Amino acid sequence: MQKKVFQLLVDNTSGVLSRISGLFSRRGYNIESITAGETADPKITRITIVASGDDEILEQIEKQVAKLVDVRDIKELEPEVSVYRELALIKVKAAPQERPSVIAVTNTFRANIIDVAPESLIIEITGSESKIDAFIRLLEGFEILEIARTGIAGLGRGMDNITYIDNVAR
Amino acid sequence: MIGADAIIRCLEEEGVTTVFGYPGVAICPFYNSILDSDIRTILIRTEQNAAHAASGMARITGRPGVCAVTSGPGATNVITGIATAFADSIPLVVITGQVNSELLGSDVFQEADITGAVESFVKYSYLVKDVNDIPRVFKEAFYIANTGRKGPVLIDVPIDIQNAAIRNFKYPEEVKLRTYKPTVKGNMVQIKKVVKELEKARKPILCVGGGVLLSEAKEELRQFSEAHQIPVVSTMMGIGAMPTRHPLYFGMVGNNGKAYANRAMNESDLLIMVGARVADRAVSQPDLITRGKVLVHIDVDPAEIGKNAGPTIPLVGDAKAIFQDFLKEEFEADYSEWVESLGEYRAAMEKKRNPDPAYVDPAVFITRLSEKMQDNGVYVADVGQNQIWSCAYHVVKDGQFFTSGGMGTMGYSIPAAMGVKVAAPDRQVIAVCGDGSFQMSMMELATLKQHDIPVKIIVLKNNYLGMVRQYQHFTYKDNYSVVDLSGSPDLEKLSAAYDIPFLRLYNMEKAEETIDAFLENDESMILECIIDPMDLV
Repeated sequence: MQKKVFQLLVDNTSGVLSRISGLFSRRGYNIESITAGETADPKITRITIVASGDDEILEQIEKQVAKLVDVRDIKELEPEVSVYRELALIKVKAAPQERPSVIAVTNTFRANIIDVAPESLIIEITGSESKIDAFIRLLEGFEILEIARTGIAGLGRGMDNITYIDNVAR
Repeated sequence: MIGADAIIRCLEEEGVTTVFGYPGVAICPFYNSILDSDIRTILIRTEQNAAHAASGMARITGRPGVCAVTSGPGATNVITGIATAFADSIPLVVITGQVNSELLGSDVFQEADITGAVESFVKYSYLVKDVNDIPRVFKEAFYIANTGRKGPVLIDVPIDIQNAAIRNFKYPEEVKLRTYKPTVKGNMVQIKKVVKELEKARKPILCVGGGVLLSEAKEELRQFSEAHQIPVVSTMMGIGAMPTRHPLYFGMVGNNGKAYANRAMNESDLLIMVGARVADRAVSQPDLITRGKVLVHIDVDPAEIGKNAGPTIPLVGDAKAIFQDFLKEEFEADYSEWVESLGEYRAAMEKKRNPDPAYVDPAVFITRLSEKMQDNGVYVADVGQNQIWSCAYHVVKDGQFFTSGGMGTMGYSIPAAMGVKVAAPDRQVIAVCGDGSFQMSMMELATLKQHDIPVKIIVLKNNYLGMVRQYQHFTYKDNYSVVDLSGSPDLEKLSAAYDIPFLRLYNMEKAEETIDAFLENDESMILECIIDPMDLV
């Protein structure tokens, strides 16, 4: 079992996300996370999918996704030549006297406190999955009330492997 | 001009001659507009069969078959037909009426989320939300359905869109799909590699599937096979790609296929699969077909290659284009010893049957029937024991053999044969079913009658769901459960009710004259053959 990060460029048609997620569920592929957002061209959406499986499954995922009519491009974002980032919001229970120690941990990880309530704080952290995992482990000494993680978004590094969006009119 | 008129115009632009379907309120604008067109409408008796009939039409014409049904239950009924076409890569354009677009999602009368429901059985689907999109959507739908790996496309059109006025209708001349570009031409490097392997091989074999028929590569396949004397076996969907009695054809592979065909495939040192999925019924142990041999997998769908067996040489492209490229390659090879030994296998390993003379022997009957059929006749087999016998004993000459291979949908043969006959009225068309599958589509006798579509129907009657009974015989030691078809109608009376001539054959004694009488004219007729209820395929 291994993980791969795929980058997809898809036509922003209604139902495109359900077509992709439906493909994963009916063929029994594992999806660890999926994020989607518009590109510079609002007709095209960039999707980052983290999938897991053995080599054959991962190859099938790539081929089956490529087959979907709405999918313009799929490629693997290989770790050596790509950057991945994930955002997490973590709500921690912290009475006023506990705040300084939470803030200390937050600063160590270059995370931000974005909301302060009488009994709790919300911390925003961006980074690789492992950085966020490590941060959450450090917070376990406190009471974590809620976590919202986005799943990763990624891009290939440098000028190589850029998939340009042509402007074919529809 | 309203949306419904525009849809009809699109169908005319695509050269559609016939629409199979069943109206309801949500598709009524369409069925009103079609009255002003020369397109023929055929009222099927249940929507599933509209898709099967369109499938028959698609398979004989090589163009997408079209059906149009209403929203809600009309749309959900057609799903089995769509899934059947999807499994066999048959191009369809399925039009469904839908409730008013402003009411979508509010569970009003006869609303069903059909684009959502068919998601896993269609190549693509559209929900039309703007009447001005109709020309583009239909242009794309026909293109997607009939290119690359073919398949069904569904277009859901809300009734208000069908009724909306459309400004200046213009049918697009070409498709602009930036995301969809199927590969047609095979990579020359890979083609040369295959030729190298053919030069090295001593025991090569071509295993052809439905893809060869879908890409209309029959002629190229035969030329290539004959030019180098390469033997051919087929999957169920590939039956008819080579004439059954061609000296280089060695039958259908798979767990229901010929023992000698499987042996040929297993013993080969170079196996070239063309347009075949390597699915479980054809290749029960995919690792066997890669062991000790070179496997070449040719398919238009890159996702099929390596899905079930890892090939040594993958080759993506259209079978016809690839065979044309192969035919340009020159190489020397002599496989005569191999072909000779396959001939010996065939002679020695043909299945010996021990039929009870009190009944019709389906094996002999089907062979005699196909020998007496017109050379270009079309034989549509249903699903069950009848299908396996048909695959094993039908002799394809210059005609076609159609069946539901991937999905195995009972009741396919009669509506599919109807679609074939509508498209090819000059051809002899015979549907062969069992008494179980016949009863799944017997309501279509009325359609044959109403629209004067002369399809010949053979019912192999054993009063059982024979394929399941056979399975229960082997797996559950004759503990038969829910397979007895008692209560079935007397087919003679049923035929009389539909005013269709009827013949019955009890055993092989009068087989010759009965088949002659059955094939004598080009009228609908039902021939019931009483077969041994305990017979096994």
